[in-house]
Amino acid sequence: MAAPAPVREKPAESVPAGAPGPSRRIGAGLLDPQQLWLALPAALLKLNPVTLARNPVMFVTEIGAALTTGLAIAHASLFGWLITAWLWLTVVFANLAEAVAESRGRAQADTLRGMRRQTVARRLVGWQPGAGAGSYIEESVSAGELRRDDIVVVEAGELVPGDGDVIEGVASIDESAITGESAPVIREAGGDRSAVTGGTRVLSDRIVVRVTQEPGASFLDRMISLVEGANRQKTPNELALNLLLVMMTFVFLVAVLTLQPMAIFSKDFMAAAPDGQALTADGVTGIVLVSLLVCLIPTTIGGLLSAIGIAGMDRLVQRNVLAMSGRAVEAAGDINTLLLDKTGTITYGNRRASDLLTVDSVTGRRLADAAALSSLADETPEGRSIVAYVRDKFGLEPTVPGDAAWVPFSATTRMSGVDLAGDASRADGGARRLRKGAASAVAAWVKENGGTVPAALDVCVKQVSASGGTALAVAEQSADGPARVLGVVHLKDVVKPGLRERFAELRRMGIRTVMVTGDNPVTAKAIADEAGVDDFLAEATPEDKLALIKKEQAGGHLVAMTGDGTNDAPALAQADVGVAMNTGTSAAKEAGNMVDLDSDPTKIIDIVEIGKQLLITRGALTAFSIANDIAKYFAILPAMFGGVYPALDAINIMRLHSPTSAILSAVIFNAVIIAVLIPLALRGVRYRPSSADSLLTRNLWIYGMGGLILPFLAIKFIDVAVVQFIPGI
Amino acid sequence: MYAWLQATLILAVVVALHVPLGDYMAKALDGGPHGRTERVLYKVCGVDPDREQDWRHYLFALLAFSLMSIAALFALFTLQGKLPWSTGHEGMPWRLALHTAVSFTTNTSWQNYAGESTTGHLAVMAGLGVQAFASAAVGICAALALIRGLVRRDTAQLGNFWVDLNRTIFRVILPLSIVSGIILIALGVPQNLGGAHTVTTVAGGQQTLLGGPVGSWEPLKLMSGDGGGVFNANSAHPFENPSAYTNAIEIVLMLLIPTAFIRTYGRMIGSLRQSWTLLAVVGILFGLLLAAGSLAQNVHSGTVTAAVGGQYEGTETRVGIPGSTLFGVAATGSADGAANSAYDSFSSFGGGVLLSAMMLGEIAPGGTGSGLYGLIIAVMIAVFIGGLMVGRTPEYLRKRIGFPEMRYVVLYALVAPTAILGCSALAVALGQGQSSMGNPGPHGLTELVYAYTSNVNSNGSAMAGFNGATDFHNLLMSAAMLIGRYVPMVFLLALAGRLARQQPGVVTVGTLQARGVNFIALATGAALILALLNFLPALSLGPLAEGLL
Repeated sequence: MAAPAPVREKPAESVPAGAPGPSRRIGAGLLDPQQLWLALPAALLKLNPVTLARNPVMFVTEIGAALTTGLAIAHASLFGWLITAWLWLTVVFANLAEAVAESRGRAQADTLRGMRRQTVARRLVGWQPGAGAGSYIEESVSAGELRRDDIVVVEAGELVPGDGDVIEGVASIDESAITGESAPVIREAGGDRSAVTGGTRVLSDRIVVRVTQEPGASFLDRMISLVEGANRQKTPNELALNLLLVMMTFVFLVAVLTLQPMAIFSKDFMAAAPDGQALTADGVTGIVLVSLLVCLIPTTIGGLLSAIGIAGMDRLVQRNVLAMSGRAVEAAGDINTLLLDKTGTITYGNRRASDLLTVDSVTGRRLADAAALSSLADETPEGRSIVAYVRDKFGLEPTVPGDAAWVPFSATTRMSGVDLAGDASRADGGARRLRKGAASAVAAWVKENGGTVPAALDVCVKQVSASGGTALAVAEQSADGPARVLGVVHLKDVVKPGLRERFAELRRMGIRTVMVTGDNPVTAKAIADEAGVDDFLAEATPEDKLALIKKEQAGGHLVAMTGDGTNDAPALAQADVGVAMNTGTSAAKEAGNMVDLDSDPTKIIDIVEIGKQLLITRGALTAFSIANDIAKYFAILPAMFGGVYPALDAINIMRLHSPTSAILSAVIFNAVIIAVLIPLALRGVRYRPSSADSLLTRNLWIYGMGGLILPFLAIKFIDVAVVQFIPGI
Repeated sequence: MYAWLQATLILAVVVALHVPLGDYMAKALDGGPHGRTERVLYKVCGVDPDREQDWRHYLFALLAFSLMSIAALFALFTLQGKLPWSTGHEGMPWRLALHTAVSFTTNTSWQNYAGESTTGHLAVMAGLGVQAFASAAVGICAALALIRGLVRRDTAQLGNFWVDLNRTIFRVILPLSIVSGIILIALGVPQNLGGAHTVTTVAGGQQTLLGGPVGSWEPLKLMSGDGGGVFNANSAHPFENPSAYTNAIEIVLMLLIPTAFIRTYGRMIGSLRQSWTLLAVVGILFGLLLAAGSLAQNVHSGTVTAAVGGQYEGTETRVGIPGSTLFGVAATGSADGAANSAYDSFSSFGGGVLLSAMMLGEIAPGGTGSGLYGLIIAVMIAVFIGGLMVGRTPEYLRKRIGFPEMRYVVLYALVAPTAILGCSALAVALGQGQSSMGNPGPHGLTELVYAYTSNVNSNGSAMAGFNGATDFHNLLMSAAMLIGRYVPMVFLLALAGRLARQQPGVVTVGTLQARGVNFIALATGAALILALLNFLPALSLGPLAEGLL
């Protein structure tokens, strides 16, 4: 699992209200009331009908509020003014939800903008790889003028002027401005670690960088526009949901408008009934009609919809993931197949010693001692892991006299080891030569040195391979005796802890995990079994990966993957969700639709959950919003028409104490529920990975049934606790 | 007790028959070879039966066929007096002829005239009879196109309208009509081409009895979702519905094709589980309506009704209250609109139940074809909300319900409520509209709203106190029927075209599957709540206000 999101350094004034605590993740915490207060001016600005028109439900509400304002001025009454005030509050609460969501992103954007200082770039004109200092000209230009394919040089202490790839040199770079990670990283020409980001600082050495961005389109620029939510594009599902809300708003508008002639007809029939505040001979009063409309249209979900979307993107940013579009976040919730690279994602990057197998009559200690001795100078992670294993399991910490001759690993011998001169102080006395390496190479060495290779070696090696590990044979030659095989070190890919559970979670969500590895099928299968992935692709080339994605997609699957190398770029581009590691190449980052700043390949699981949670929050609040209408009808209909048909009071099952109180209570509930649900909208509804069936059960009952029942209680409560004490209502 | 036994028996027969009929329809309507006579027919009409149409061409053929049908009926009615077998009736005035032509072409069969005194045998058989087949088949054609949109992948082709039309008529409705017609005739429904007979009654008085092709008309009227009667009294007339047995058969006939078509749907999409799920949704909705209707008809607070033990006014003693209530709910729940009692005389709540059955959008089980596609649209809305609730882009039968699809779903869903409420409000607001009410106050309002709900939803049943036979209503109703029938079909076929182009996704445990108890609850609840929310204000001033008075 990823560590908690690193704290991004930012000037204190840009931190939104509240203390900038150690973890700035806006988790399930409470919404600081001060945050609402600070967002209020922005919320009021959003009352501008031009901007509000983007949200049809709230736009209709605002028109309604404007209408009742006019009516309240024309026929002043306490009831009229109270309704008017609460209708305006309904719009303000909705705007507040959006403003609070945006304010969080804006703080981050401000910090980023601060970093985008106009640096001076040292552009090289006429530079050729390997060319001498005289063959090109260096000129100083503003970083903003750099274009794609310009060549710049950056030296220690300078800021990288733009995004690009290192084409010469190697340097350590402080990327904390972008990733929040303070440890410097190495960037070098060629390979998969060549990408540098504008705004980061070179700490040592000198690199030549080819710029890969156009002016104003840097990673930083994209980050700013993403976290700020400026010109946020609505996502496909949001658009579709918006359609449903517009449809409902339209139908309710029709229902309310067509009610008027029927109301006049009814009042005409019951001409003796006295005029009330809700219904006169001219029909339902404007204020009540607008109240009914606003209560019926889905203001709850309509008011919170954009806040939910912004908060979803924000949750990703909190986890240091940058999505290039909201579409990708939604797609993450839809994926069926997840491709995971074995190395780095499922296993730690390196193999580790996990067992020692002796042959013939060799004791474990002897093998351990030999293995550790031969590895002391081996600075590879495998070598170190052998030393550590021997220390932990056998308590041996062998040391080597200074005159030992190290035999380094080479591709031709496929062995490494040590030659020890004779040492009288040691129990076994004389000089020894130790070797460890590939079984076939070690066997050859033993034969060369007069020994015989026991059949048990082959058995051990096969046993290790069958379990997916790598066997390193260890052999020794004492003094001038024949060489002999001591045993085998079992090197094994270590699966990261906790992954099995996460893959099980994914399976419950209906997502199939496929491990991709260059290993042979036997090794791949062993690791796949241990990690609990559903399938694996062994001996995979980047082309195989691309082909697998295409095959999955042809079968109707949506595929997600992570990648960092240039090789991965086509697959990242082909995948429905491609998460590029920030440490990766520019090509990979361009091709993917998300970048993980922490470069944590397991992060994709979080991304999937965020995508799902985003949709679930929308769906749950939509169901809630629609179900609310039933109670509102039970409050408002008898209040409207009880005057003409007193018998209709029978459906006033909440026994609200007067018609005006009933209508006002419903309107107040309708407004307050938006404010109450702001924290839920920002946080997202609780999500535990599970099957669609159990999610539907849970959300249908909580939000659907809850939405049906809650307003009955709440409206009654508002009526009893507040409204009935207002004189004249 | 007896009432529930009767209802259970009748519904059990429908469920039992829906299996073989649905299976047969799936085989007969979709795919398979063309018959020899069919090939001749296609050749004569200049249709290439193996050339499929995309949604635009399918829609164009459907609308062109319907428009031609309206024109032909209009001519037949206005020129009736100059044609044979008119049994002495003159041509209809043009507004009435227009209304009647539209009414029968749209499968509504609201009659602003009394059958026995207006239409002759030719008009009934060549006009209304033909359209009873054709209009029902048009609904099934539209549904077939939608199903193909759901089933097919990566194509624009939705089938051939002319083939679908021909097969529905000649392979399904015609054979069924013949069989059930013979049964009804055997049970005493008359079938002749005779005119008026004057007879002396037992009491010695004189009575004029009209004959006609009643036996061949009845099955059509009921099965096709048509519902228009040979006689003004419809199935309350002893010639149309002589006994409790024929009453039971008529109820079965009304429900049979729409119910069986759900099975056909299951066969065509390859998931009988889906069709049983939809049948459960339909069953629950129908059960709720029937329970509410029975309650309202049997328990009533009026002095007279309390004294006689139920809402007997307007019911035929042959069938009684349970037989009438079940018939009424079946006639309004299916889009048939036949009547064996006076719906205007139902108790306020009872009438409200019939009205609500139509307001649901004719999906329980709805009209021929139209019931299924209305139901699928309702299910898509439920799936959309439910799909979001499980955290995925909503999908139905592996097809995504995204923005482009929702556009058509939403437009479809807008039409009926807007048209019903709009036309009702217009009629109430204008004196010409109001003057047709048979009663003052809330009951009058109920009659009027009932009339427009019935017209927009292609039902055709009426609260007879309402006089639709005015110039104003003839024209407004014609518009209501045309909008209510064809505008949704435009969106429906566009949706089908959109779906057919899609590449289906895969089903995993993370996918919301349209089945199971939760889904049934969601779909039923969504259909009920969305429909009720639209109409509750109007209902509160009509049946609710009246019933609570």
